[in-house]
Amino acid sequence: MRCGDFKETYIRDEEIFQSLFVKFWLGLFFIFLLVFPFVASEYLLYVANMIGFAIIAAVGLNLLTGFTGQISLGHAAFVGVGAYTSAILVTRLGLSFWLSIPLAGLVAALAGMIIGIPSLRVKGLYLCIATLASQFIFEFVFIHWESMTNGITGINIPPPRIEGLVFGTERQFYWITLLFVVLGVGYATNLMRSRMGRAFVAIRDRDLSAEIIGINLFRYKLSAFAISSFYAGVAGALWVTFLKVVTPDHFPFMLSIQYLAMIIVGGLGSTLGSIFGAIFITLTPELLNHLSELVKTYAPGHEEIFVPMKEVIFGLLIVLFLVFEPRGLAEIWNRVKTFFRLWPFSY
Amino acid sequence: MALNNVSTRVMKGEIFSIIGPNGAGKTCLLNCINRFYHPDAGQVIFEGRDISGMKPHRIASLGIARTFQNVELFAHMTVLDNIKLGAHVHLKSGFLSGGVYYGRSRNEEMLLRKEIEERIIDLLEIEHIRKKVVHALPYGLQKRVELARALAMKPKLLLLDEPATGMNLEETEDMARFILDINEEWDTTIILIEHDMGVVMDISDRICVLDFGQKIAEGEPQEIRHNENVIKAYLGEEDITYSRLGA
Repeated sequence: MRCGDFKETYIRDEEIFQSLFVKFWLGLFFIFLLVFPFVASEYLLYVANMIGFAIIAAVGLNLLTGFTGQISLGHAAFVGVGAYTSAILVTRLGLSFWLSIPLAGLVAALAGMIIGIPSLRVKGLYLCIATLASQFIFEFVFIHWESMTNGITGINIPPPRIEGLVFGTERQFYWITLLFVVLGVGYATNLMRSRMGRAFVAIRDRDLSAEIIGINLFRYKLSAFAISSFYAGVAGALWVTFLKVVTPDHFPFMLSIQYLAMIIVGGLGSTLGSIFGAIFITLTPELLNHLSELVKTYAPGHEEIFVPMKEVIFGLLIVLFLVFEPRGLAEIWNRVKTFFRLWPFSY
Repeated sequence: MALNNVSTRVMKGEIFSIIGPNGAGKTCLLNCINRFYHPDAGQVIFEGRDISGMKPHRIASLGIARTFQNVELFAHMTVLDNIKLGAHVHLKSGFLSGGVYYGRSRNEEMLLRKEIEERIIDLLEIEHIRKKVVHALPYGLQKRVELARALAMKPKLLLLDEPATGMNLEETEDMARFILDINEEWDTTIILIEHDMGVVMDISDRICVLDFGQKIAEGEPQEIRHNENVIKAYLGEEDITYSRLGA
């Protein structure tokens, strides 16, 4: 039980990790993350990398949709813009991977700002449709701007390197992914407790009074689109460099829906929620794959029924979340924490 | 026409009340000052400067803060965050320094927190709820938090739209006391809309009475109390007047 927890300075009171207990477990978790690549199999590392990219993109989408309240159905398009920018810069201009990542983010941010312009006039469902349009426009561009994107054949991307060090395998790439996840999550968490992040939430909760207290709605909505797309761009650039190839098939409309599913299942308006959601949505299909393998071995003949059921189970899980836990995994986490904070004396 | 030919002048440092029956255009007048509405004709002049053409979000940086008739707080944020948002125009950190949250931007946050704690939360007596989420709070406290948010802007002019509506006697008295304290300690000019005649008559320096978008009277509480037009339009007949004034 946590007790006698009194803060003596405002700095202590505003800290993200409030108690020694939390810091201890967080430290332990971080050590686990550092040891993980030395013990895990290639497959697990592949999954870990995929989770990492999903976390970066989901944190970005949550900044826009969860915190600022601007629903976007075009997040995959911005992931794509970042991916292609990085791929083109590296293969055509011979730019280093490390430089191409922030540039990919910036180009995606610019695209996001342009798509975000209607947000001043339209809200909610109408904005949804406007961003949906961007998804299809960018998909079209990826396929048909062949001189740049190579159309459906795609672009092959060399692995990143520092001097002699090559990041070609899952194991090596894990370090890059981990670095960017930590940076991305840290930045988002800090942003949300400073002036700009508060303004984002103010716009979501009540745009009328946001304006009264001096928040320039247009500027801040565009900033939210830009920052969110920057995350998407970085995630995209990392992802396709990891896959070593980029094709238009990587950024279908379904991917945008999946990102939305991540932040809804994880918890809208919670950075921790985006992490949980990204893990959940990435892991569930993998676990279901394993389950169908099991079915194949132990109950042969049933796989024709089970394999298509994967999609159904996936959908069902999301529906169940919306009904029973609309505030997402982050809320479950909070409840568990509260339980143990009071345990064993619950009053 | 919601307001017609209304012209008035508020002196620095005074508590100026606007009263009138429902639909008289009181809130509309505040909305014009706030730039939510664009008047077809006429000007709003603040500190010698014509502000009729400004964007609503620019008004805050001039030092004009406001509370609303129906509480317009950021419902899913904590009381502290709501109040911090009030200081938005006084902070400088942007998307880079805010995301790093170290050095200057952290100092700025800490100074803000200290100021809010010592000057606002203490004054309005809301220490016990500072970390609560706003939408779960009772109405009376929400009204107080909204006042706190307006104060965080360090306003020169504070527009209060029915701050005591829906409150019980004790809460109303508290609110009246806060308004007087703010006026004295912060040197803030206050424009107040209120239906509780007891509060209005007690704390106002001057009162303006609106009816159907027209100004029918303006003056000190004593004059208004006995003004025939006002009695006819709003306060009601003599004997009723007395019961409403609590006299």
